[in-house]
Order: sequence, then structure tokens, then C-alpha cells
Amino acid sequence: MALPHSIRANPRLKWIGVALIAATLLALPFALASVGTAWVRITNFAILFSLLALGLNIVVGFAGLLDLGYIAFYAVGAYTYALLASPHFNVHLPWWAILPIGAAVACVFGVLLGTPTLKLRGDYLAIVTLGFGEIIRIFLNNLSEPFNLTNGPKGISTIDSIHVMGIDFGNMTRIGGLAVSGTIKYYYFLLAVLVVVIVVNLRLQDSRIGRAWEAIREDELAARSMGINTRNMKLLAFAMGASFGGVAGGMFSAIQGFISPESFVLTESVMVLSMVVLGGMGNVWGVILGAILLSFVPEVLRYTVEPVQRWMFGRALVDPEVIRMLLFGLAMVVMMLFRPAGLLPSALRKRELVAPEDGL
Amino acid sequence: MASEPLAAAAAPILEVERIGKRFGGLVALTDVSFSIGRGEIYGLIGPNGAGKTTLFNVLTGIYRQDSGAIRFEGAPLANPTPDRIAKLGIARTFQNIRLFANLSALENVMIGRHVRTRAGVVGAVLRDRATRAEEAAIERRARELLRYVGIAERGNELARHLSYGDQRRLEIARALATDPKLLALDEPAAGMNATEKLDLRKLLEAIRRDGTTVLIIEHDVRLVMGLCDRVLVLDYGRNIAEGAPRAIQKDPRVIDAYLGKPREGGTA
Repeated sequence: MALPHSIRANPRLKWIGVALIAATLLALPFALASVGTAWVRITNFAILFSLLALGLNIVVGFAGLLDLGYIAFYAVGAYTYALLASPHFNVHLPWWAILPIGAAVACVFGVLLGTPTLKLRGDYLAIVTLGFGEIIRIFLNNLSEPFNLTNGPKGISTIDSIHVMGIDFGNMTRIGGLAVSGTIKYYYFLLAVLVVVIVVNLRLQDSRIGRAWEAIREDELAARSMGINTRNMKLLAFAMGASFGGVAGGMFSAIQGFISPESFVLTESVMVLSMVVLGGMGNVWGVILGAILLSFVPEVLRYTVEPVQRWMFGRALVDPEVIRMLLFGLAMVVMMLFRPAGLLPSALRKRELVAPEDGL
Repeated sequence: MASEPLAAAAAPILEVERIGKRFGGLVALTDVSFSIGRGEIYGLIGPNGAGKTTLFNVLTGIYRQDSGAIRFEGAPLANPTPDRIAKLGIARTFQNIRLFANLSALENVMIGRHVRTRAGVVGAVLRDRATRAEEAAIERRARELLRYVGIAERGNELARHLSYGDQRRLEIARALATDPKLLALDEPAAGMNATEKLDLRKLLEAIRRDGTTVLIIEHDVRLVMGLCDRVLVLDYGRNIAEGAPRAIQKDPRVIDAYLGKPREGGTA
């Protein structure tokens, strides 16, 4: 992370900063709830998407493998949770058992996708992963016969919420005089998971494994010639990324209480990839910034587009949804023109996008 | 073949036996055989297109030979891939330098340590004592190697910002980081000036002194003659001569290969 020099030099300042950020994050849901409960929910989804984007960042940002079907792992995690904690099969396992199972199942699917695509790169890999994402969604849509596994397009409902020490995250709890809604509880839960995922990401990046991924991204043949088993390293990237997606999917299931294949369409994959690219591929903080922006901006627009039109023209001329996507696309184009390496580019990407002056 | 008895060492580190390689209709290598003794500096020369780099690529697992066998330290190379070969102990550099251009010089060499280190995902995430110690050792060794090849003060610069000569040195440092028993260099002196070539020669001699066998493709005749114990000459994918540099220089087949056949009536 690019810390100002004075902070780096003074560890005490750093800890005060961390404490301030922590306090802000802990107080945040109550502040948001006073504006409107919807904003806490939106924040939860921003964190959920941050988890997804960080997972995809391992595949795209670290190992340089373009994956357009990433949402499939989210779907696998979500369905694993739903099947193991709902009346659908009448199985009700606790969350701490299902989340790891979901991660493991998604990991298997990651390897399943990774194995046949090892020799592909760039556009070709993108096409295959895109197809993979669609296959998973179509399976989810159709696996209601002959054996009803996924309940088809109707989806799975009344999924168990998360319980921690007897506290149900699906309902309001009173702690002293304070009413804590389920959404706020999930906020803290998601925040805790996010912190873990950030630490894992940062540590992986700065390790022997992270360096091997960088080497593969830079020059695969040279990496192999240095003794890096590129096959295993790529599979590892796919598996790790998929596991994070699986955990995020499980949380999604628990929070929503209802899932259907509609939540796992291609646009979602594109959205997560946009977060990674917009924020800055390979930079953990950039990716989180991208996820937060792309989660919040559309919501802000949803609440502003109509009033602004009424104020300007007296009536709503264009559907907010249309404007939203239009502005979204425009923002992406502007970004790519002016900050092609993302809002917070990783040091590595920044270097890559500088025209190589000496032909290497 | 004029093999020098003194150099045919008792225990060859690398034995290449009747290697053949073709690309479609193009025959790149035909029945190439040689062996390199432990501790030798072995030169591979020949006109452009003679098959030197193809031979390198076969030796380092990038291509698979169509016929023939390779034995490294007495054991046949079965199912070789570049990463397995590096693990066995053959490290290489590339004719058209292939560094990790956007990483620092130090990082480049640290990546070379990958194959001799072990930390996995769990170690990376937990950062236990063993992993931290290994990381420290990797960095220490990488800095040592940068110093060894003479670019210690360039560690934090991006590989692509280094001068051409320094990039060649960095590639050697990165290859040495894999603890090779045989170091294979593809035209390491290309693009170097006279001083740099002299430094390179000293470096290669030091590497040999420190126990690593060296196989080198080189065009600079003076460098090859001064440096190599034995030289193999390739022409049109065949070995046409092998031996001590001085003997090779006088070999009529070698002169033909480089200068063309004399016109009829002329005697070589």
C-alpha cells in the first residue's frame, strides 16, 4: 500500500490510523441506517462484491488469466449453501460447516475449469471461461429433472440465515437499548470475512507463490525455464480464486434467503471483472475501491436520476435504468482513456502500460 | 571426430546421442552427438541457422527431439519439460533476453529461487517462522547473486531499465539462482562491447571455478577460443567437428562451413 512516508516512518501513527479506520467501519452501519436501511444493505452488497473482486483478482490480477465466467464459482458456493441449509432437501447444516464446503466445491470447479484451459491465454481463455460460466448457469436452470437438484428457474427459497452463538442474523436483536437489525449483523460478519480475505490476498501477493504468478504473467516460457511448474501454479490461481468466489456465494445465499439462476448471469461476471479492472488489476486496495464504487454509483444514480430529470424537464423522460447503464458505460470509457491501469494501479501494471522505451 | 582425450572427462554431466529434430519438412538437427564433462566450458558454434538454438531448446525441454537420447548425470531425460529440466539442474538464458521485464532485478533473481524453495499457500498466508526464514534466505541469496554477476547496485531497478549488458548479466544471475549443475547460455555476449565481453569472460570462468559446468552458444570467435575447453561445430543441423578450439580453427570442414567451399581448382 502506498502510505505517505511520514506514516511509514512512524509506526504509532500507523496504529492510530488503523484504529480510526476500524472505529469508522464499526460505526458505519448505524450512521447509514439513520439515512435509510437500504444503504446498509447496499453496503453489504458492496462488501460481497469486494470479496468476489478480490477472488477474481487472484486469477486476473496476479496470474494474468482472463476469466469471464467467474460468477459461476459464486453460483456454486451459493447453491452449495442453499442445498445444505434449506428445506429443499431438509438438510440444515450450520454455516461454519457449509462455508468451507462451499469453498471446497467451488475449488473443485475451479480446477475443472482450469485443467482443460491451461494452454489457453488471453482472448481464447476468455471465450472458454465465458462458456463455462454459461454452462453452470444453464445447468442450474435445468437440473430440476429427472432429479430435482436445483429446483430450476424457481430457485431455492427459505434458506437458513447465519446463527452465531444463538444470535439469529436473519432477525432484529436488542442489545441493551440498541436495536441491531439482521442487515447490520451481516455487515459485521461480511466485514470480518473481508478482512481475512484482504490479509490472505496481500500475503499471497508478497510470497513465493505470488512471485511465481507474476513470473507467469510476465513471460510464461521464461517462468517454466526457471523451474516454475506453470500448470500447477495456474491451477492454484484458479482454485484459490474459485474458493473465494464460493465463500462469497455462500454468504450471498445466507443473506438473501433465496437464490435462483438469474443472479448468476454473464453481466455479473462482467461487473466483477469491471471492478477489478476499474480499481486496478493486481492492487488489492484498488480492487476494493472498484468494487465499492461500482456497487454504490448505480444505487446513487437510482435515487438521483429521476428527481434530477423532474427538476430539469418537469417529468421523467428516460428510465433511470437506461441512464444508469449509459453513465456506467461512459464512465468505463473515460476511465480506460485517462487511467488505463485503474484508479489505484498496481505498481506492476503502471510499469507495463508505460511505453517500453528499450524494446524489452 | 577429433575428440581431445584430455577433455573427455570420466563422468560426463550431459550426454547427447544422435539427436534428430525436424519441423515439418525442415530438418533442423540430424544425428547430433556430443558429451560434456563435469566442470567443462563447452562451446557450441556454427553459422546462422545451423541449429544451435534448436539444440538448446531440445536440451532444455522446450522442444522434444524426434529421435535420439539425452542423458543428464547418467540418467535419461524422460518426459522432459522446461520446469523439470530446471529442477534437475540445467538452467538457461535466452538469445533474445527473456527477463521478467516489469519486475525489479532483485525480484527476477528471487523468482529463480522458486525451484529450490518450498513455501506453499499455507506458509504464505500464515507467515510462520519457517516461511519467514525462507523468504529472508531467498532475498539474501538473490542479493548475493546480483553482487556475483556485478550488478549489486541495480537490484531495485526494473529489469527493462537495465543496460543491455546488465540484462545479460541479470539473466545469468537468475539462471544461477536455480542452483544449476549445467548453465546453458545462448549467445551471452551478443550486443556487448569489448569491456563487457572481458567481464563476461571473467564471470564465466568464475562460475566454472565455483563448480558449475557451462555450455555456451557464441558467435564471438575470440571469446569462444579463449574461454572454451572444447567446441562443437554445427552446420545444417549436423555436427561437423568437435575438439579443442585450436584444432577446430584449422579444421577444413569448419572453414568451409563459415567461409563457403573454395571454387573448383582451389585447394583449401
